[in-house]
Amino acid sequence: MMEKLIFYLQYPFVRYALIVGVLIALCSALLGIPLVLRRFSLIGDGLAHVAFAAMAVAAVLKLDNDMPVILVITIVSAVLILGTGRSARIKGDSAIAMISVGSMAVGYLLVNVFSTSANISGDVCSTLFGSTSILTLSESDVRICCMLSAAVVFAYIMLHNRIFAVTFDESFAAATGLNTRIYNLVIAVICAVVIVLAMNLVGSLLITALVVFPALSAMRLFSDYRSVTLFAAFLSVICARGGMLVSILAGTPIGSTIVIADMAAFLVCALIGRMKGET
Amino acid sequence: MLIKAEDVSLGYDSKAIVEHLNFEVNEGDYLCIVGENGSGKSTLMKTVLGLVRPVSGTVTFDESFAKKQIGYLPQQTGAQRDFPASVEEIVLSGCLTNGTFHPFYSLEDKALAAENMRRMGLEALRKRSYRTLSGGQQQRVLLARALCSTDRIILMDEPVSGLDPAAAGEMYDAVEELNRGGTAVMMITHDIEGALRYADHILVIGDEVFFGTKEEYMVRAGIVPQEEE
Repeated sequence: MMEKLIFYLQYPFVRYALIVGVLIALCSALLGIPLVLRRFSLIGDGLAHVAFAAMAVAAVLKLDNDMPVILVITIVSAVLILGTGRSARIKGDSAIAMISVGSMAVGYLLVNVFSTSANISGDVCSTLFGSTSILTLSESDVRICCMLSAAVVFAYIMLHNRIFAVTFDESFAAATGLNTRIYNLVIAVICAVVIVLAMNLVGSLLITALVVFPALSAMRLFSDYRSVTLFAAFLSVICARGGMLVSILAGTPIGSTIVIADMAAFLVCALIGRMKGET
Repeated sequence: MLIKAEDVSLGYDSKAIVEHLNFEVNEGDYLCIVGENGSGKSTLMKTVLGLVRPVSGTVTFDESFAKKQIGYLPQQTGAQRDFPASVEEIVLSGCLTNGTFHPFYSLEDKALAAENMRRMGLEALRKRSYRTLSGGQQQRVLLARALCSTDRIILMDEPVSGLDPAAAGEMYDAVEELNRGGTAVMMITHDIEGALRYADHILVIGDEVFFGTKEEYMVRAGIVPQEEE
């Protein structure tokens, strides 16, 4: 088994996949904590569907480098969903539902009508479930992924205390002079960036798992914000790394393997949390 | 004078709920705001905090302090009750108002938070998780956080609702102690008895608007002040 692993690791695309996978897992776990605590868990799902449509648009336009287009479209949608907040006419979950099914329909229609590919259902399937795309990353994709993840982690660390304040109590934060709009906007942009990154790893239907599972698992075990943050990041990285190795060795689809690893970790954490609670 | 409201009409989307409010809060005052549900009490508080714009009229602050120097104790939200955060983390978040941008808390911030936890009797609970605290303890945590923003004036939105009588009593005692130390208090409450016992000014909003001292209110409402036994 070890030999098989070493054999695979000789290929640069496998090494790239491992690096990018870990970075994406780190970013999505960090993002997941404020989203879960603000009851915004499904935002990731909605935005991932938008990113799917954006990918379809990029495919129709036959762009070589589709990342910027997808990023811009997803960021704009994230700002519209999260940033407008309370002033919007259509609120919360219904807005997300509309945007996500709408963009799914548009995306699939575009791919189906305009695609020149011979294997449409295969393309769609890998976009939705991320079956192979992480292994087809080019060096420039890897570089973009690394830069974006570094930016997300940096922004998160610098704004950590403020994100906490806005998440815990938005009205207090606003009343005492924090510009909550800007921080909501920052969270929206980070969210979009993470979604676009994570789409490469697990595909658009499974992204929510990467975002919510680490945060929920950490909350079973820890009860202060700092420990929850650190443990969620740690757990997410471990699950992504483990899931990817299993997937390479056993030939299972990468996205689902990682998500199942996250689920298993959640069950273990929930069990330990319950045992701790009883004693 | 700390805060002065002149001919203020309150509401959302330029529809007024309450019109022609006039009141002021001075250094060391203890003002209770009472009124029916939906009469605009919380809107009034949000207007004073600058979160909602008044439909007309003006709310002015004493020149000596910036708006950021308001302590605020909002009503608790459901999401907060199971929020994974330690007492210390929450109290510290009240220090973010000091204007300039620093990514991390300074030593002064930490000292200020420690001082306010001590004032609220929370030292032993410093590392405890907020969600494991009783309702009364949670309110004291939020009060300590508000004190990190300022101790000149504190605005409270129903701080005793949902607390059992003992915890409510403790909360009132803590607020009274702050008030004796010179902090002005502006409190929304449903508890008229508590308001008459602790406040020195009463603001009634609703169909009828009244602002005056507690004594004036009691005369007007036909309550004979009862002697304490």
